Amino acid sequence: MGRTVLVTGVSRYLGGRMAALLAADPEVATVIGVDVVAPEREIPGTSFVRADIRNPVIAKVMGESGVDTVVHMGVIATPKQAGGRSTMKEINVIGTMQLLAACQRTPSVRSLVVKSTASVYGSGPKDPAKFTEDMEPKHAPSHGWAKDSVEVETYVRGFARRRPDVSVTTLRFANVIGPRVQTAITGYFSLPVIPTVLGFDPRLQFVHEDDLLESIRTAVRTARRGTFNVAGDGVLLLSQAVRRTGRRWIIVPRLMFSTVGRSLGPAGLADFSPEAVRYLTYGRGLDTTAMRTVLGFEPAWTSDAAFMSFVGRSEARVSVDVA
Amino acid sequence: MEVPPGRTAGPSKAARLVGNTGPQPTPTRSAPGARLPAARAPRKAKRVLVAAPTPSPMPQGPGADTDSWLDFARRRLAGDYSVDDFGFDPEFTDRVLLAMLRPLYTSWFRVETTGLENVPAESGALVVANHSGTIALDAAMTQVALHDEHPAHRHLRMLGANLVFQTPVVADIARKAGHTLACHPDAERLLSAGELVGVWPEGFKGVGKPFSQRYKLQRFGRGGFVAAALRTRTPIIPTAIVGAEETYPMIGNASLLARILGLPYFPITPTWPWLGPLGLVPLPSKWLIHFGEPIPTDSYPEGAADDPMVVFNLTDQVREQIQQSIYRLLVKRPSAFG
Repeated sequence: MGRTVLVTGVSRYLGGRMAALLAADPEVATVIGVDVVAPEREIPGTSFVRADIRNPVIAKVMGESGVDTVVHMGVIATPKQAGGRSTMKEINVIGTMQLLAACQRTPSVRSLVVKSTASVYGSGPKDPAKFTEDMEPKHAPSHGWAKDSVEVETYVRGFARRRPDVSVTTLRFANVIGPRVQTAITGYFSLPVIPTVLGFDPRLQFVHEDDLLESIRTAVRTARRGTFNVAGDGVLLLSQAVRRTGRRWIIVPRLMFSTVGRSLGPAGLADFSPEAVRYLTYGRGLDTTAMRTVLGFEPAWTSDAAFMSFVGRSEARVSVDVA
Repeated sequence: MEVPPGRTAGPSKAARLVGNTGPQPTPTRSAPGARLPAARAPRKAKRVLVAAPTPSPMPQGPGADTDSWLDFARRRLAGDYSVDDFGFDPEFTDRVLLAMLRPLYTSWFRVETTGLENVPAESGALVVANHSGTIALDAAMTQVALHDEHPAHRHLRMLGANLVFQTPVVADIARKAGHTLACHPDAERLLSAGELVGVWPEGFKGVGKPFSQRYKLQRFGRGGFVAAALRTRTPIIPTAIVGAEETYPMIGNASLLARILGLPYFPITPTWPWLGPLGLVPLPSKWLIHFGEPIPTDSYPEGAADDPMVVFNLTDQVREQIQQSIYRLLVKRPSAFG
């Protein structure tokens, strides 16, 4: 008999594509998609359950359908997506707690895959060039999405201790980018004038949206325990990335960076929170050895190629506008 | 270069070039990469040109003229180049940074480098040297020496202090020149990748010591560099640099001002800050750099890096060898400015 997979956060782009991808997998019999709002389009092969993971309804859904695999993609990155920072925090932290509580109560659950972020490492001048999964952050994040993700990972570790029979995989992704996905970083690179921090040129790493989905699928298939960094090979410098977009840029002192940045585009397009500014100042690199050797995932896109696939989309849009 | 699936190298690249030639920023808002180093070094470079009999700012080094400067500029403005995982930009380093340091190396300090046969051509090694001269010119000159004079044109990847990576502009240039933070993971990563790594274990105690203490080695940190060499089984090359001490003879330290500015020291030299920017011109001392015989680390048993006694002894051995080498060079040198 095939597996029954529950995916959270399916009404957003990556969650929806993930559910469809898993539904097409011959090993998977049923995919249940969960989100607070209904998806814009029906997701092929997925039965959608409109449930708020913040309340215990989720446990009932899981118990009744005999879910054996849970893919948690319900952590959201920017307050705009949630309609305010406090709602965002509630969905991220309380939502995860409720989901884990439900997993703990559901004996059929065998594996849990959590989509986390490399921003849990923070960003700063004392960072090593590349973070391995066992390194403690040198500049622990104290705001927003990064802080939420640190808390989510803490609860996930707690769950892994309480249910040692469940294999728990946490994937820490570099900035996801690609032809379709919309994130704070794609918003940043879509600003009409891109601000950069005076005197710094951070190293950025990207993961292509297809690689993100494939790596989650690999984790679902192999159910390898542990935490893994997932990123495309190589790094791009911010200055390099900006020039490749062909857009204009402006160099701004660090102190004025977020003020200037916010004034350059519509509110909420890009993220200029303190954590984001630190990242755009100092950058970050991930060591992906464990992703290859233990998780057994090989990204198809380098950081460079992933970024260029994003640039390709904005160029296409520009040419359409002109035509 | 790898051509990943879906990158569709041809059209996308062409599109990029076309897209970039159009809305290119005005010269006033030119590339930070091209602007910043120019802002850093002009003082030195200009005076060198005055002093040097044959001013030749063009790089004489290898691979300098593979394409024209126009192509180079165009490629840089399109972001069409690659950096390694540390942010090292070999092209920028060769064509801009080293080109600016080279006149200083050849004409101003007239550096004489010996013992290059002790530096391996391909494998990893740890260059350990004495540090002096108020600002880290000695590190920059060692980089030029290894790149220009070594037959394999090796890039020296240095391990720098936190302060380097906190400071705007300096952080940017240091990363592009291939340097990284002095920490175990980075040192071991570079050494095991077969890179030539440079450390100045005296740190700020060395560069910021008063002139009266010249050529007296300070404490060698906690021997972290030795542990990294032991773990990666790479040889240590004790290196002596003579000449940097006289570039900015530090006769005083405005410690209160240093504290206010968040610096480890605020130097006072015979010319700085009295003569203003002119005080930044280094004195034209005569430099000698000697790369000593490598100290192998592969004969130590597994786990030697975790034995503090081994680490301390090896650290002392390196320090002693550098100190002796400095004395020999000082005897060889006719005078500080000869």
